[in-house]
Amino acid sequence: MASQEVLREESSRASFINDPKIRSLFFQTLVVIVLFGSVWWIVQNVIDNLQRLHIASGFGFLRGRAGFDISDTPIAYTSDSTYGRAIVVGLINTIIVAVAGIITATIIGFVIGIGRLSQNWLIQKICTVYVEIFRNIPPLLVIFFWYSGVLAVLPAPRDSYHLPFGSFLNQRGFYFPRAVWGEGSWLIFVALLVGIAMAWFVARTARQRQMATGQQFPVFWTSVALIVGLPVLAYVLSGFPLSFDLPKQSTFNLTGGFQVKPEFLSLYLALSCYTAAFIAEIVRAGIRGVSKGQTEAAAALGLRSGSILRLVVVPQAMRIVIPPLTSQYLNLTKNSSLAIAIGYPDLTATAGTVLNQTGQAVEGVLIMMIAYLILSLVTSAVMNVVNARMALVER
Amino acid sequence: MQEHDMSWVRTEMALAQPAPASVSGPGAWVRRNLIGSVGDTILTILGIVIVAWVLPQIINWAFINAVWTGPDRTVCATVAQGGIQPDGWSGACWAFVNAKFGQFMFGTYPVEERWRPILVAILFTALLVPMLIPRVPRKGLNAILLFLVLPIVSFFLLVGGVFGLPHVETSRWGGLLITLSLSFVGIAVSLPLGTVLALGRRSKMPIVKMLCVVFIEAVRGIPLITVLFFVSVMLPLFLPAGVTFDKYLRALIGVSLFAAAYMAEVVRGGLQAIPKGQYEGADSLGLGYWQKMGLIVLPQALKLVIPGIVNTFIGMFKDTSLVLIISMFDLLGIVKQNFSDANWATAQTAKSGLVFAAFVFWLFCFGMSRYSMYTERRLDTGHKR
Repeated sequence: MASQEVLREESSRASFINDPKIRSLFFQTLVVIVLFGSVWWIVQNVIDNLQRLHIASGFGFLRGRAGFDISDTPIAYTSDSTYGRAIVVGLINTIIVAVAGIITATIIGFVIGIGRLSQNWLIQKICTVYVEIFRNIPPLLVIFFWYSGVLAVLPAPRDSYHLPFGSFLNQRGFYFPRAVWGEGSWLIFVALLVGIAMAWFVARTARQRQMATGQQFPVFWTSVALIVGLPVLAYVLSGFPLSFDLPKQSTFNLTGGFQVKPEFLSLYLALSCYTAAFIAEIVRAGIRGVSKGQTEAAAALGLRSGSILRLVVVPQAMRIVIPPLTSQYLNLTKNSSLAIAIGYPDLTATAGTVLNQTGQAVEGVLIMMIAYLILSLVTSAVMNVVNARMALVER
Repeated sequence: MQEHDMSWVRTEMALAQPAPASVSGPGAWVRRNLIGSVGDTILTILGIVIVAWVLPQIINWAFINAVWTGPDRTVCATVAQGGIQPDGWSGACWAFVNAKFGQFMFGTYPVEERWRPILVAILFTALLVPMLIPRVPRKGLNAILLFLVLPIVSFFLLVGGVFGLPHVETSRWGGLLITLSLSFVGIAVSLPLGTVLALGRRSKMPIVKMLCVVFIEAVRGIPLITVLFFVSVMLPLFLPAGVTFDKYLRALIGVSLFAAAYMAEVVRGGLQAIPKGQYEGADSLGLGYWQKMGLIVLPQALKLVIPGIVNTFIGMFKDTSLVLIISMFDLLGIVKQNFSDANWATAQTAKSGLVFAAFVFWLFCFGMSRYSMYTERRLDTGHKR
């Protein structure tokens, strides 16, 4: 305390220009003045420009008639719907492609990442080539490659490729049988839910029993039997209510079935391939980050290599993997905005169309920014929960 | 003593026996790395199947069946499509790339003026190569020439309008010229700007800190396309009526600001990794804030995060391809634009053009990442375990 008093007196004797407090106050005041000045100038300009262009500000335009069509509509939408609904359709499309891409990219990424650490020379090289190719070319190029290089040169509907399970592949996309849920099919869903709940319960009791007595219980196979078996049983008991609407080939087009458009397909494939290369590197770094002593100690305890991986290496690697994995998921979500380049109606595309039609640039960009910000925050929040579960439990 | 019979003692060294065949030689290598176990063998067979299926197709397509020169689409189209190739033919149409090469490099830059971008490219290479080789002296002078003099000279050379050079407006630029110039300026701007933002974020002044945090997090939370939209649609609204911005300059601002936010986070990571003793040591020597940062902290912090910085550069280089959304034609944009050329429209055109563009992008990005690995090893002063 005393020394601080002395110091303060010292500083007060020096020129006040050198006092850090005064300096900091001065600089911050300067920053605030400059900031407010420029914001005021910008706002004035925006108001002038908007008045000159006769554009009313505010979000009232969202209730206007959109007047444009959207090719992929997960919810009911026609050109008579409102601008607001058009933006919502775009947002849902973004979420669909982001979620599908995240799941696929994670699977491919983990396979390739583990492959790069494989003892097998050939597999290791194949995975390295994959990573080095996809990491070093722009995602937009990958999208174009799938779109104009691969999917656009597929045969016309008349000569579609026949794939297993009655699906077809041609220029207009990928067609597969659509499930038609008949009467009584709600039983199947109920059975599925009951199966999941029972599997969870069995897993809990099994763990408690193993903790108490050391006896193991085949949790995995029981869970599979419950989750798959119960719905199948319900399916049989309720009199086979599920049927499939198969795509049928006619002269010029395919009718029936479920169509995945080439725009979605190329965006989804490109985002998955591209992000998988980065996830592979993260997984590799994570597994290599677990020290060799852990593996050796586990082997010394007599665990088999599968158990070592599952119980010792992976839980520790996940701690290293999850934070960068989260940022890759965010990147994938943001990269899904590249959809606009091939005409998949995602958030950026529909909001961009709305923006061009109404001239509401400020509001349009604001809606886009906020929507992506919310998507990012939700993804981060989910991944933070996962991370918290994986985190090292310290006493 | 000397009379003893010593015949049982070897007088020459026994030659080392070669390792048994089971642990050395190609056979052992194969056994260890390819067919170590049943699972391994299955994987190897799977790998061989993949390679045997993919590789011949790629080689056939890119080299054996490829068409290297030709006047128009007929050389790359099958008979059924109105060309000369047999039906069922599939090969790269390098003739397309060949015919459009000038456009891919310079866009619609006037042909008689193309020596200007070429000269800039030569100057750039001449300055960059000595910069990248650590043994070449006079790095300071080199850096000033590369990052201050070259941009100014290039600006006058490329834009023209002075010294009797005809003016070439930026809307006629295109191809690799735009890709490289955008990323070079982006790199030169985003590193210092990102460093300043990172310092601001760690500053003790609450207002400065808050502003930096808001800027960094807002920009990182939205896609680059939205940022480009923002600068292309909103900047004209922000300025007084009549003041317009060049579209190229707008893209430049967007890309630089976007990269700066990411760079700031990378640099912040480096700043956080520097132990507190370094800051306190600098304080105790009586250094001011900028001296402390410039002489003590930043040299160490930036060195720590070289991989991150280069990753950001690579990311930005790839991201320049997005300017095509605001209808500027970088390498990818101009390749794509040429698909619609009726003279060259075949089933193979798009694939060939895209593979060419991918190869150019790949070359630059791969080169950057390898150079960063080399620098990392060279600068590794043993701080890491």
